[in-house]
Amino acid sequence: MSPSFSRRSFIKTSALAGGGILIGFNLFQACKPETTPPVDISQLNFNDFNAFIKIADNGMVTIFSPNPEIGQGVKTSMPMIIAEELDVAWDNVHVVQGALDTKNFTRQVAGGSQSIRFGWEALRQTGATARQMLVNAAAAKWGVDASTCKTDSGVIINSNGDKLGYGEVVQEAAALEVPENVTLKEPKDFKIIGKDTRNVDTDKIITGKPLFGLDYKEEGMMHAVVLRPPAFGKKLVDYDDTETRAISGVEDVIKFGDKVAVLAKDTWTAMKGKKALKANWTSDSKLENTEEHDKILTDLLNGNDFKTMRADGDVKKAFAAADQVIERVYESPFLPHNCMEPMNFFADVTAEKVRLVGPIQTPARTAKQVAELLDRAVEDVSVEMTRMGGGFGRRLYGDFALEAAEIAKLAQKPVKVIYSREDDMGAGIYRPSIKYKISASIKDGKITGYHLKEASVNSNMYGLIPNFFPAGAIENYQVDVAAYDSKITTGAWRAPYTNFLSFAEQSFFDELAEILEIDRIKLRLDLLQKVKGTTDERIQYSPERLENVINVAVEKSGWGNAKEGVYQGFSAYYCHNTHVAEVADVELENDVPVVKKVTCVVDCGIVVNPLGAKNQIEGGVIDGIGHAMYGDFSFKDGAPESKNFDTYRLIRINETPIVETHFIENELSPTGLGEPALPPAGAAVANAIKAAKGIRLYKQPFIKHMNTKAPLG
Amino acid sequence: MPVYNLKINGQSQTVEADQDTPLLWVLRDHLDMVGTKFGCGIGQCGACTIHLDGSATRSCLLKVSMVENMEITTIEGISEDVSHPVQQAWKEIDVPQCGYCQAGQIMSATAFLNENSNPNKSEIRDAMSGNICRCASYNRIERAVELAASKMS
Repeated sequence: MSPSFSRRSFIKTSALAGGGILIGFNLFQACKPETTPPVDISQLNFNDFNAFIKIADNGMVTIFSPNPEIGQGVKTSMPMIIAEELDVAWDNVHVVQGALDTKNFTRQVAGGSQSIRFGWEALRQTGATARQMLVNAAAAKWGVDASTCKTDSGVIINSNGDKLGYGEVVQEAAALEVPENVTLKEPKDFKIIGKDTRNVDTDKIITGKPLFGLDYKEEGMMHAVVLRPPAFGKKLVDYDDTETRAISGVEDVIKFGDKVAVLAKDTWTAMKGKKALKANWTSDSKLENTEEHDKILTDLLNGNDFKTMRADGDVKKAFAAADQVIERVYESPFLPHNCMEPMNFFADVTAEKVRLVGPIQTPARTAKQVAELLDRAVEDVSVEMTRMGGGFGRRLYGDFALEAAEIAKLAQKPVKVIYSREDDMGAGIYRPSIKYKISASIKDGKITGYHLKEASVNSNMYGLIPNFFPAGAIENYQVDVAAYDSKITTGAWRAPYTNFLSFAEQSFFDELAEILEIDRIKLRLDLLQKVKGTTDERIQYSPERLENVINVAVEKSGWGNAKEGVYQGFSAYYCHNTHVAEVADVELENDVPVVKKVTCVVDCGIVVNPLGAKNQIEGGVIDGIGHAMYGDFSFKDGAPESKNFDTYRLIRINETPIVETHFIENELSPTGLGEPALPPAGAAVANAIKAAKGIRLYKQPFIKHMNTKAPLG
Repeated sequence: MPVYNLKINGQSQTVEADQDTPLLWVLRDHLDMVGTKFGCGIGQCGACTIHLDGSATRSCLLKVSMVENMEITTIEGISEDVSHPVQQAWKEIDVPQCGYCQAGQIMSATAFLNENSNPNKSEIRDAMSGNICRCASYNRIERAVELAASKMS
């Protein structure tokens, strides 16, 4: 999909008083597909632009990037795309997190591995437009036709060989019209895109400079630690803060809703103050338990209360006519996000304005919600984004920012809310617990029907997912969903919807191949042949690209030729617009399966920053394995049974495989990498464990369902 | 409130804090040294790792009253200009994703390499297993420790 837009709708230039040119562009406007400008461009001023390129008189380029950085690397890769088309040396580019106001936040999009996909065309156009203006200015100065001039790393060169640096023509360029038709580079001419480029914040990160929300502070700011209901479904009756108020350094205790905030001059005192609170809780409904969820979800799977998300052919008929029906159930627990930086947010609420600062993936929605909560105009609310110590979907939800705003309003002081790890794990917006039942009908050795049923706590599956593989590959195909309404808050978790679905489906196909005695790879490739040339526009994946990553993974992993003692498992999946195939190599150590290596083949189109891209793949694969292997989160009487890392296990370095990444080389527009390597990992490992131990895993976490007490790693 | 004299990164610092205040919060809230991170508060994740007389220690479990007259080193004391070989290795390998845990990782790595300048992969994995990286940049942490070891030898 190529975004359509007019450059005039999102680019504007201006001369800077101190020298140089400022090129403003509305990144969120520009990066959205098929958007129209909100108002007439002539009515806009620079406040309507949320990203800027500044070219100084000395030719140095500063790119102000407004995108939330959660570790996915867009603060590096998005400016790289601009710098490429602007044709400047990356060493002369300085990237700054842009200061923003609410007006711009209202047009912000972030998340879902979409930044690069949506940004690609617009960022290139922005850089190329700026470059063309500089060329036009130089050409006018020389009195030559601009088309006879070229650029090279910040220098404009005419046909006589005369040279002018960008910095020498910026003043003139600023006065020119924004050109409408600019030429983009051919991918073969890229000098920055496709080159390993280091994270622009690395120096600050490794020297301990303040970057994150938790590092943010202002004069007079209070540290707030909040006592929240200890279980989902509980409400506050009353509380006694006598002991809390007796603690030296506790400044205030404020009740809001069913929560009580303790304010102090430092975090530790506020934490102690919270511990000293005595609260009574009540509940007007039965509190939920994991055991009950299990039963409810199983009943839903076996019932008839489904919503059909996609139905091709007639699965009932196919199943009735089948020689054999294979049916398997896959089960997952809830998962907390556990960002390393616990949730936190700063708020200052005054009669004039509402100032919010902190780590958030969705500043637009948060600003709006805070405005509603405080009954203020959204224009009064500003959100400044800090670097985020992880997101994984948790920071899509601004509940912590709402708390900060409410407390700051009541306290009439600037406040930073800080979650302890226990608060963070206990007041989560979790990946819901899900069960899948997958059935396939077999006739004459062929798969004739495929029926996937989902039962989820709250809701899980999203509209487009039923159009992923194997949709289109099996004549009779149906996807049904059912949900149980829970008080436990659930939401997006890295690779929402597919993080567990991929495990279920790719395990199922592996088992189908065994039952049908067909080669596992051949079974997948044969199915893909049927999708080629499809006229079904709902189909999201490309059978050719999926086939290609599968074939390359077979080659790169030495599939079928593993040395003695190495057991391999295969998995391939499409999600977030990217095609991925993975092979896990498992070895037995004291009869315990250990994942030694994962070969990962990725087709994400053009790889903007290979160094950062590989980091995303390595992290995504290991994250996927870690949660499939160890992630276990249950509830008793409405409260999570794990509260911190002593009872909740995250994968550690001594348990990680080496990830070998291969990117498919092509010139297709790039797609995102923050999520797509995660979903296939669980099935690759489960299928390898089946090969090694003969144990077929249907439930996560694997560690709990393996016939061994020894730790897996 | 009691007053403590601390020796941090070679400099004397005086702080007024309750005796049970963890060194982590003294650094972060009292001294504005925020390079040391809060992750779990129970010594499980390693984000708050500092050196106490040269040994990697979890500052979230260390009461301020226990560390007077001891040499405290934080990430800010490793080098402010990325000149330390461990930081250089971290930069060359481009380890960080979100970056939040990396100060703690670097503190664990430097203390470890000071004791074992020529570690094998298995020793690196054991030594670094106390530090969680939620982004799972573990492959690069492993390679960066190897690279740092070669730079330091």
